[in-house]
Amino acid sequence: MNLTLLMYLIPSLIMFGCGVYGFITRKNMIAIMISLELMLNSVDVNFAVFNRYLFPGQLEGMFFSLFAIAIAAAETALALAIIINVFRIAKKVDINEITKLKF
Amino acid sequence: MEMSYSQFLSMPQEIGLLLVFLLVFIYDTFMPERTQRHLPVFTVIMMAFYTIYCFCMPQLASDTAFGGMFETNPATWVMKNILNVGAVLVLLQAVKWTNSDFVSVRRGEFYELTLLTLFGMFLMISARHFLLFVIGLETASLPIAALAAFEKRHYESHEAAAKYIFTAIFSSAIFLLGISFVYGMSGTLYFKDIADAISGEHSALLIASLAFVIAGVGFKLSLVPFHLWTADVYQGAPTAVTSYLSVISKGAAAFSFLVIMVQVFGAAYNEVWEWMLYAVIVLTITLGNLFAMRQRNLKRFLAFSSISQAGYIMLGVIAVNVMGMSSMMYYVLVYIFSNLAAFGVIAAIERQTGRVTMDDYNGLFKTNPWLAFTMMLAMFSLGGIPPFAGFFSKFFIFVGACHQGSVAIYVLVLIALVNTIISLYYYLLVVKAMFLRQDDCVIPTIKSHWSERAGLILCVLGIIFIGLVSCIYAYINGSVNAINTMFEAFK
Repeated sequence: MNLTLLMYLIPSLIMFGCGVYGFITRKNMIAIMISLELMLNSVDVNFAVFNRYLFPGQLEGMFFSLFAIAIAAAETALALAIIINVFRIAKKVDINEITKLKF
Repeated sequence: MEMSYSQFLSMPQEIGLLLVFLLVFIYDTFMPERTQRHLPVFTVIMMAFYTIYCFCMPQLASDTAFGGMFETNPATWVMKNILNVGAVLVLLQAVKWTNSDFVSVRRGEFYELTLLTLFGMFLMISARHFLLFVIGLETASLPIAALAAFEKRHYESHEAAAKYIFTAIFSSAIFLLGISFVYGMSGTLYFKDIADAISGEHSALLIASLAFVIAGVGFKLSLVPFHLWTADVYQGAPTAVTSYLSVISKGAAAFSFLVIMVQVFGAAYNEVWEWMLYAVIVLTITLGNLFAMRQRNLKRFLAFSSISQAGYIMLGVIAVNVMGMSSMMYYVLVYIFSNLAAFGVIAAIERQTGRVTMDDYNGLFKTNPWLAFTMMLAMFSLGGIPPFAGFFSKFFIFVGACHQGSVAIYVLVLIALVNTIISLYYYLLVVKAMFLRQDDCVIPTIKSHWSERAGLILCVLGIIFIGLVSCIYAYINGSVNAINTMFEAFK
């Protein structure tokens, strides 16, 4: 079977959409983190696929996705540390209950 | 490509900042325990020397490094100088806070992370390649989340950090998606090559990616409708971090936003992003003002005021001319001084009494005349009352936008002007509380620390003199004139 560019791009965009949907609807902070990871990973797929199909002579997109993976890992580590801190001090991971700062 | 180490010489400001960072780090790690409480003063002195050195050093002509990924020119030089000045003021005002009981264990981390984020902002400003830009953006925004969670005992601090990190990751994911579309269209990530590849093209993909890029950077700048995190984070984070977030990080994001919009997407100005930005500016200025009116907590109040100020800063981007760019840089400089004066007063009072609402400030003039006077100057400058610097910065940025020439921009300036008058109402509410209202439980007379006093005096001097001393604007304008080829396509 011959795979075309769109067959990669559409799943990656669906993945991004799922990430946005999860970010908005999920109540658990860990689940929100997972949704954000989905969004970041779909961007990596985008870069790799564009590079492979449209500009096969160079490696810029591949390098960008490598760096983006590293940055996403750093972001996740920091976010998890903050979630743990919130849990330690408030004993909650549900964002509906983390509402002291508003209005 | 051959790697030559001499190209590091074209980034002297970054190297200098890294040296300051390393010295602070070495001091923090290796100096004995009893000398640790001098670390903040040490950092401020090193930073001040470095800043003055950057002002005095002969400027390099435009230069690039790493195959064109990194560029210094007179304008980036001045932008970084402006950010340096703000960083020195923030660090100076934080001296007493970092030596207080529960923070002092980690005081080194505060200064190291702050300097690192500043380094990231320098990369953002100088980047001419999206990979370097994204690395700079993340270096500039991730440590701030850690800084926001700095007051370990306070629940609010952690909540603010959680909100900040989630919105930061969300916005950078959206930004990266936009960049990936740009890469798909042009096959390169160099700003110049992208601009060549997409000129004359107005495909749906370009419009989508532009919207994503504006949304991504708009989160950092807290433009409406991407502003919802701002007030919560500003309120919850420690005041020193809030002031850093509200001036330095916003200024850096604005500078790099201008570079991206003009250098990368310049060809799509008339058809696409002028109108996107137009709507965003109108919404930002108006909604920021309307929400600021109903705030009672002063940190939230300044958060919404800073949202509305970000709208004025964006006027310099939509102007796309030399005057717009230089007046934007001037606006950020003035905004640094006025906002830091306000935050300095709030921090000094909060540190000793823990009170931050507007009603707490009733009758402040009776007990703390100098703090009240400083706050009044800050409010006048933010509102744009004539003899102070805020008036001149607003005036220049309006004139810069009008030079763009189209009728629509004149209407935009009119809307901004009307909003200035609305904003006077809530800025003067603070002044009224301090000078006219009476209260039974007035804040007692406060003896502020010498560092806070020094920071406030510097801010007041800035508010009074930056507007009157015309060579400051000439200095900025001269640097922008040196790179005026950037705007040739827009005439």
